[in-house]
Amino acid sequence: MARIARALLKRLGGMAIVLALVVTVVFVIVRVTPGDPAAVMLGSDATPADIAQLRTKMGLDAPLITQYAQFVLGIFKGDLGQSIFLNQPVTTALATRAEPTFFLTLFSILIAVGIALPVGILSAVKRGTIFDQIVVTLTMVAASVPSFWLGLMLMQVFAVSMGWFPASGYGGPDTPFLERLHHLVLPAVALGIVNSALITRFTRASMLDVLGDDYVRTAKAKGAGAARVILKHALKNAMIPIITVIGLSIAMLVAGAVVTETVFGLPGIGNLVVSAVLRRDYPVIQGALLVVAAIYVLINFVVDMLYILVDPRVRL
Amino acid sequence: MTTMASVSMPFAAKLRRLFGNRAMLLGAIILAVVVLAALLAPWIAPYAPNKLSIVNKLKPPSGTNWFGTDEFGRDILSRAIFAGRISLLVSLGVVCLSTVIGVFLGVIAGFFRSLDAPISRLLDAMMSFPDILLAIALVAALGPSLTTVILALGITYAPRLARIIRGSTLVLRELPYIEAAVAMGLPTWQILLRHVLLNLASPILVQATFVFASAMLAEASLSFLGVGVSTDMPTWGTMLASGREYMNNAPWLMLFPGLAIVFSVLSLQLLGDGLRDLVDPRLAKEN
Repeated sequence: MARIARALLKRLGGMAIVLALVVTVVFVIVRVTPGDPAAVMLGSDATPADIAQLRTKMGLDAPLITQYAQFVLGIFKGDLGQSIFLNQPVTTALATRAEPTFFLTLFSILIAVGIALPVGILSAVKRGTIFDQIVVTLTMVAASVPSFWLGLMLMQVFAVSMGWFPASGYGGPDTPFLERLHHLVLPAVALGIVNSALITRFTRASMLDVLGDDYVRTAKAKGAGAARVILKHALKNAMIPIITVIGLSIAMLVAGAVVTETVFGLPGIGNLVVSAVLRRDYPVIQGALLVVAAIYVLINFVVDMLYILVDPRVRL
Repeated sequence: MTTMASVSMPFAAKLRRLFGNRAMLLGAIILAVVVLAALLAPWIAPYAPNKLSIVNKLKPPSGTNWFGTDEFGRDILSRAIFAGRISLLVSLGVVCLSTVIGVFLGVIAGFFRSLDAPISRLLDAMMSFPDILLAIALVAALGPSLTTVILALGITYAPRLARIIRGSTLVLRELPYIEAAVAMGLPTWQILLRHVLLNLASPILVQATFVFASAMLAEASLSFLGVGVSTDMPTWGTMLASGREYMNNAPWLMLFPGLAIVFSVLSLQLLGDGLRDLVDPRLAKEN
């Protein structure tokens, strides 16, 4: 127990440092804008008075160090600034768009893992067979497909031609939950398939690593059934790299969601970021970057903690 | 490990492995075709990429327009060939920039113990941002242009390279010949340049290939979103973005630029995998 507590504390310390750096990087990114961000945001028609007013509103008048202190203080108070174009707090803008992104990411990862684990394990067990070769080839191809393009192709076939799924949108707030989820099927499948490629490759490689180990041979020699050997002995020991890559995939899914949400017109965080970028709504870009990176750091933390649960030998 | 394997394998054996790896060879051939097509675009493209022909708009693939035409009657094949130039140029720029930054940070972090922790934490922080998200935020801050897209993606991918190079440098640092060089009092820069960097060539090459593939996908995504390179020349991403509107009646607008991306990225993945197997035979056994 003390071991877990020590590891937890050590990782929490590391996480705090990384989060502090993430905050600084986000702050710097928006400030590297050549010229005046307020002038860029308002466009060429803006008067000097408008620009000055926006500069004050965004706190750009203050010295950099004061701006940074205010930014950090705001984060602690849950205040990520005000969206200029949406005329609402950034936290509200993010919160109202979190649902589609959350479910899209969740379904995509479920689809990716649902495909990758069985296929990767089977491919390793049947190494060198036609099945294995097909899997290796398909994962290579899937990893080369832009998820937004796959999404468009799926949309063309299953939404436009066959009419099985809605082509875009997410429905309004009054739309029943299940119907809203119906809108997520095609984007989740597109993202899930592309992300399953990496997880499948890692599962296969990780299983191949352990299948030749002594304890697996011993288990076989003792007459344990194939399923028991694979699932209980091999998979359990192959899980660490697989968990790592699943954690990594979640971050990649968020990146994929940015483009996929735009393709399918889903009102999620990805879509919010893209429109914020096109309108140069810096507070929104800043807030979204911060929240997404913080989620990623948290996921990494959880993955590290899972290591200890999966493999008691792991020392963090 | 990687570097040791690459050093100890005789050249002839390397060559045999190189040509014995059919997947890698296929990747190299596809990539060569894409690169040659891009380089020779003005001579091999059947039409000028921006030549309008309204009477021929949205024509399906035929003998005169192999990949069909777009909403302005422009030849898709010619545009796809020219678009390869931008994609390759951006990806190459990204590879060069991220390699320079990544190798510098990776070697420094791996070689100097006191700098390892701060650099590694910074890399952790940079890698907490999903690639596209960080890139579009940087493009938003810097403004969309060829240079800023290369800069944004270069900064995005540098930490990925740095982390790998740091790991390889950590291994190298402990090897007897580096210790001997330090003991002999060789200047640090000389050790880094002549002994460390030279032995990192293989992992750098392998990772650079994968960064090339990722950069190509990212550039296509940025162009598709309208925050990529702003130029008169088409890119695969902008071709997909403008073709979307006509997708229902003219699916070829989406099919061919998409396939161009898939084949180019696939060729780099095959090449990267093959190179990795070549420099690290332990991994080859697993495939």
